[in-house]
Amino acid sequence: MKATLDEYKGVWTLGEIRDGKIHPVSYELLAWGRDLADKLGVELVSVVLGHSITDQAGDLIARGADRVYVVDRPELEFFNVEIFDKVLCALINELKPEVFIASATSAGRTIMPVIATKLYTGLTADCTGLDIDESERLLIQTRPAIGGNVMATIKTPNHRPQMATVRPKSMRPLPADETRKGEVVNKEVSEELLTSRIKRIAFEKEETVGKPLQDADVIVSGGFGMKDRKNCEQLGRIASALGGSVGASRRVVDMGWLSYSHQVGLSGKTVSPRLYLAFGISGAVQHMAGMSSSEVVVAVNSDQEAPIFRVADFGIVGDLFEVIPELDKKLAKSSAN
Amino acid sequence: MKICVMVKQVPSTDQVKIDDQTGTMIRDGVEAEINPLDLYAVEEAVAIKERSLEEVEITVISMGPPAAMQALRSALAMGCDKACLLSDRKFGGADTWATAYTLKKGIEAVGPFDLILCGERATDGETGQVGPGVAAQFDIPVIAYVSAIESLEGGRIVAKRAIEGGHETVEASLPVLMTFVKEINEPRIPSLRGKLNAKKVEIPTLSAEDIAAEEDKIGLKSSPTRVVKVFYPTVTRKGKVISGEDAGEAVTELLEFLREKNFV
Repeated sequence: MKATLDEYKGVWTLGEIRDGKIHPVSYELLAWGRDLADKLGVELVSVVLGHSITDQAGDLIARGADRVYVVDRPELEFFNVEIFDKVLCALINELKPEVFIASATSAGRTIMPVIATKLYTGLTADCTGLDIDESERLLIQTRPAIGGNVMATIKTPNHRPQMATVRPKSMRPLPADETRKGEVVNKEVSEELLTSRIKRIAFEKEETVGKPLQDADVIVSGGFGMKDRKNCEQLGRIASALGGSVGASRRVVDMGWLSYSHQVGLSGKTVSPRLYLAFGISGAVQHMAGMSSSEVVVAVNSDQEAPIFRVADFGIVGDLFEVIPELDKKLAKSSAN
Repeated sequence: MKICVMVKQVPSTDQVKIDDQTGTMIRDGVEAEINPLDLYAVEEAVAIKERSLEEVEITVISMGPPAAMQALRSALAMGCDKACLLSDRKFGGADTWATAYTLKKGIEAVGPFDLILCGERATDGETGQVGPGVAAQFDIPVIAYVSAIESLEGGRIVAKRAIEGGHETVEASLPVLMTFVKEINEPRIPSLRGKLNAKKVEIPTLSAEDIAAEEDKIGLKSSPTRVVKVFYPTVTRKGKVISGEDAGEAVTELLEFLREKNFV
């Protein structure tokens, strides 16, 4: 018999493990989740799947969870869509949360549509805003579409849980409060849930300056105006000085100056750093779609008509090859002081 | 081997213009095209066919209005063998759940397939949910963000995924559904002969009834999500743009700005 909507209670977030550690996107989700749970007057639960992670579960309490469900098994050491699907569906069917959110990471964006399909419920992708309609007790999900040119507000009125993936960096984590009280519950799962037709056989780490783009607080991006591969190396120096990562426009990647993992935009990554520096990027619609939700945008371009200036908080119309060395020099000096 | 490629017709982003006054996209009169990310799936399917020793048949499928026929023709021109359009007023307004269900029923009607392929997302909705959703509808494994196929033989596939921080290699048994990132290949430009061949292919249009889709799982009314509001964000920022200064002064001002914001 199908459960009625009222049987679903509580807000769940999916904790994400990378390299055996809780990834900070999990804390961003808890900051969203805390607000939603408080407005609904319900418990905030974080669910985390991994191997040898139980001792870290307390960190999720310190960051806002009231309760943590941990499934700690060797089979869960790495993200596996089939095993995660079976385990999470089993937990949702047993415990019936009304809201379930995950980060819009490669794992989150793969697992959530699989779960939502199997449970026949609504899922909204890559949200930049979440709220509660208190009269209806419904999740209000806001997301950009068509390259950020349109925002849509979406609800899931008649299906549960109401599911969403949330764009990384769209919320700051709550500060860790070690005095917060909460309960960590180890959930046992049956062996048959832990089998998969997919097997991970290798992982090659990409050596780049800074973090993966989606995790970076600062991104220093280059466009076609960088002129060649050698010049693109200068972006790495600026990125290092600012504690950031290197991004690129599509043309830079198509020219082979930087690898695909650096590409920002519609056919690359969607990013939301605190600071985005665009050097020699004119600001094609496709590029802006990937970075317009950045908190602060700085643009340097020789063409004062470049569309990138329309989204910039600070712009310099000038020669990149004078500005970059000058910035490099002054940043080195300021860090030396 | 039978391969199915799912494609979507989207508004052409190359033609998109932004209204200077409002900062929003001008959508009137924008041409439609095959989702650029689906081209990687089409190319990969054709490349598999070209290098395979066994016989490979590629069917391209789309759900959309009759005009989506054009997206199917582009895929045929690149070397797909067959095409089929799922089109019915009853499909209209479908969210990603109902779309995945409809595609599944359509694929079932023209299948079975060993591989189902598509782009990692479409450039209009940008959800990336339909690919994994179709895999879940079939209960077959999904390998998302594929950047290389390492091997494909004996009913098994080894593929590389582009994920945060590097590339993960996974192995799976067929059938599987794969979604591709741009890194995987460079889609070919259709030849004149390809275009002529594409025109000759008859493309059947299948309705809800043709694919035996359950009425309560298709279209807007069966979609779990509801769009309650659409609005245009103000993309224009009131930023400070300096010009005509020498680089030294400009950078000094930039650093002051970054210091104010606590980035330096």
